[in-house]
Amino acid sequence: MGYPHKSHPQETPVLSKHFGDPAARTLEGWKARGGYTALAQALTMAPTAIQDVVKASGLRGRGGAGFPTGLKWSFMKLEDGKPHYLCCNADESEPGTFKDREIMRWTPHALIEGVAIGAYAIGAETAYIYIRGEFSEPIRVMEAALAEARAAGVIGPNAMGSGKRIDIWVHKGAGAYICGEETALMNSIEGKRGNPRIKPPFPAVSGLFGQPTTINNVETLTAVPHILNNGAEWYKGMCLSSPKSTGSKLFSVCGNVAKPGNYEVVLGFPFKDFLYDLCGGPPAGRKFKAIIPGGSSVPVITIEEAEQVRMDYEGFLEVGTMLGSGGVIIFDDAQSMPRQLARLARFYAHESCAQCTQCREGTAWMTRILERIVAGQGTFEDLDTIFDLSESMTGKTICVLSDSCAAPVVSGIKKFRGEFEALITGRRSSTVAVGV
Amino acid sequence: MTATKMVSLTIEGRAVSVPEGTTILEAAKAAGVLVPHYCYHPGLPVAGVCRMCLVEVEKFPKLAPSCATAVGEGQVVHVYSEKALEARKGVLELLLINHPLDCPICDQAGECELQDYTFQEGRADSRYREPKRFNPVEDFGGDVLYVTNRCILCTRCVRFMDDVHEAPVLCVSERGDRAVISKAADADLTHPWAANVIDLCPVGALVSKDFLNKARAWELDRTASVCPGCSQGCNTVLETRDNVVVRMKPRPNEAVNHFYLCDVGRLDYQWLNRADRLESPKIRLHDVLSPVDWELAIAKAAEVLRGRRAYVVGSPHLSNEALFLLKRIVGTTSGEGVFRCATGPEAPLPGVEDLALRVDRAPNVRGAELLGFARRDDDLLGGLRSGDVLVVAGDALEGVDLRRAAEASAVIVIGTTLPAGLPVPAAVLPIANVAEEEGTFTNLRGRVQRFLQAKAAPGLARPSWYALADLATAVGAPSDDCGLPSRAFAALAASEPAFLGLSYDALGLRGAPVAGAEVAR
Repeated sequence: MGYPHKSHPQETPVLSKHFGDPAARTLEGWKARGGYTALAQALTMAPTAIQDVVKASGLRGRGGAGFPTGLKWSFMKLEDGKPHYLCCNADESEPGTFKDREIMRWTPHALIEGVAIGAYAIGAETAYIYIRGEFSEPIRVMEAALAEARAAGVIGPNAMGSGKRIDIWVHKGAGAYICGEETALMNSIEGKRGNPRIKPPFPAVSGLFGQPTTINNVETLTAVPHILNNGAEWYKGMCLSSPKSTGSKLFSVCGNVAKPGNYEVVLGFPFKDFLYDLCGGPPAGRKFKAIIPGGSSVPVITIEEAEQVRMDYEGFLEVGTMLGSGGVIIFDDAQSMPRQLARLARFYAHESCAQCTQCREGTAWMTRILERIVAGQGTFEDLDTIFDLSESMTGKTICVLSDSCAAPVVSGIKKFRGEFEALITGRRSSTVAVGV
Repeated sequence: MTATKMVSLTIEGRAVSVPEGTTILEAAKAAGVLVPHYCYHPGLPVAGVCRMCLVEVEKFPKLAPSCATAVGEGQVVHVYSEKALEARKGVLELLLINHPLDCPICDQAGECELQDYTFQEGRADSRYREPKRFNPVEDFGGDVLYVTNRCILCTRCVRFMDDVHEAPVLCVSERGDRAVISKAADADLTHPWAANVIDLCPVGALVSKDFLNKARAWELDRTASVCPGCSQGCNTVLETRDNVVVRMKPRPNEAVNHFYLCDVGRLDYQWLNRADRLESPKIRLHDVLSPVDWELAIAKAAEVLRGRRAYVVGSPHLSNEALFLLKRIVGTTSGEGVFRCATGPEAPLPGVEDLALRVDRAPNVRGAELLGFARRDDDLLGGLRSGDVLVVAGDALEGVDLRRAAEASAVIVIGTTLPAGLPVPAAVLPIANVAEEEGTFTNLRGRVQRFLQAKAAPGLARPSWYALADLATAVGAPSDDCGLPSRAFAALAASEPAFLGLSYDALGLRGAPVAGAEVAR
């Protein structure tokens, strides 16, 4: 954690080591903390050698999909003579997720270093850091740090005196959740409406401005310098359960919990310990009820399921949810699940880009049904309609926004059907202390 | 030319082989299977947003949008499998939840793809219990009204304006189910080709102001025709109800107009319905025109032409056949054939090669030229010699200096109306207009295209080829071989080198180029 509280002894602060330390924000301060040694080393290596190290480390995308980073980089054909681009996805809009924000706020040079290494490793001379428009402070910090790095020649036409050109630019989003989807992000940088594109072609073939492009999350890129500094074996060694999930990961914890904030643990950490020891358990007098463990787009699990889980990609899959972005949203026994899910659905209905029929109409319809149920006007048929609707909304659209709306709602109804039925039949669930 | 690699696959149990890179949707079309779709249009970039064309491809983990999925060797595609039908049923239900279902007052009803596919594979009822969203109707300018509530956001109109018209006036604004099509501030659809968005719209969201509430689609008779508005020769469909042309729409022809028709052309059809028409043949008796039967009128015309030179003012609005017969009359009388053509500014459709509203605003300028008529835009009667018989065929002579007409020994009018300002004609032969007869035009690139008869001519008016064939016979020109439009064309093809080798039947509805046409498109 580091900020606003000191790290818990059971945390493994790698990325978050300097959170809360304003001196780490400057180039000088960052160098004093060992910064830019990895970039200096990387610029002496062959790009494919960097890809190999990252492949060997087992690093997977931290934005939500968990795709192996080194493999993604290897899709870029280095000798194709085309301009390559790296886009750093800093459009952290997933409800419940706020880890990238802290990385950019406190350790901007860590990201710049990661982006520069990533760009070099995929043969890109230009990289864009696409930052969510609402992140005014991180944008300010990143731009200041970039100016500093440019002035010092760390990046630019002759990065660290290597003769390699690495330009990095901040691109400010305008407040659309969908622009965090990688192809919509590219459209947005191009100045177009942030609509996801049909795949194929995949970005590595035709991405930003129609050129080969790789998109990586902030946290993913920030982990790369550490891997180069300490070696793939070190990173791979950070693993408590599934060997397919390695390294440390930041989890953003919010909701009904004693100590919300960002926690960095090694993948495979027991979720029960995480919830009760690190996060301090539920607020006084309450009990945990349900958890959305990976940002609002993943299925809800009950606290009973959560207590059995190991915190890695495979562990969460076993209980039918996903690690996602690591945004842990916690509901205690005072919360009405129907109301919370209606609120979530409303978010997706608001943010749908309106391209695909199922998403444009489905998210809005689902929201209206849920809001009607919450208002005590629901029927049992409504629940069937929602399940049927979720079929239409899953796996049939260009991007996964409508899937992301359906997943928490459907899992929420399945796991907390009693609360929905209580609202439909006019009773109030005994577990709901706060009126709906 | 490199050989295109062919890919073989099976669609709905039918084996089909198509060039590599073809989409499943187009391959299905080739196999005779229509995959329901909204946003896909062969003339526009693929959007893949309506998700209506989802099909099941064996071994694919998910349903595939057939408009955006290229064919693969050995693929087995199911368009009507339970899974695909279920998915499309879901899309249809979602498209209708906020739709006003106002088919009874919607111009699109009867030719609406939302109606068609819902009838074909949609739900019979709706489970939607919430209030429907409402947006007011918006005037998009030009001929276009946007009925927001009926819109399914397929973005065909946006893509047409962006990529084909290259005038990015339309866009999708707002997100989620609040999204609507908007026009840019200070801009509208007053563009020479913008009304094509009405045809492209698969539902009743973009409707024509001109056609608004005029007729129901199922009351219309449709006839293949060619736009008479300029020398481009866009293929059209004339839509008539009760012998009245109520709408003109483009008819796809890859070689001429793709899928499009300009606003000037499509909206200039009212003259086809003119009521002040010549309905009866007439001859001059005591300086007054008197209606007579055709035999008398033809005989009278032949009589005044006997031994005289015919100064024939033809028209680029006449068919090749009519101009050919006029040419024979000119030849027999050792006369002269001239014509003029109205002009206007050229307006190209940027996204389509060689398609424009042309400067020459008549359909058969090229035909008139090929058949030896001399173009005299400024001094139409300049070549008239004293004692000539002035034969005016198909030109209303508006704005023409007619003083020289007094030099003529007699005047014969062959047309739909009687030109003002002429000496009283010796004979008047009423003919049909382009909607009332069949024939061919030659467009500016030398493409000969057929148009068919869409409605009946008024009174005793006859098709131009018929009237002129009779007149030609009467003046001693050969024309016994012209008893049908097809025979008139055959005679033309046999005696005119440019038309050599063309056959009326082989022209079909797509046309064929004359010999030596400069662009073999």
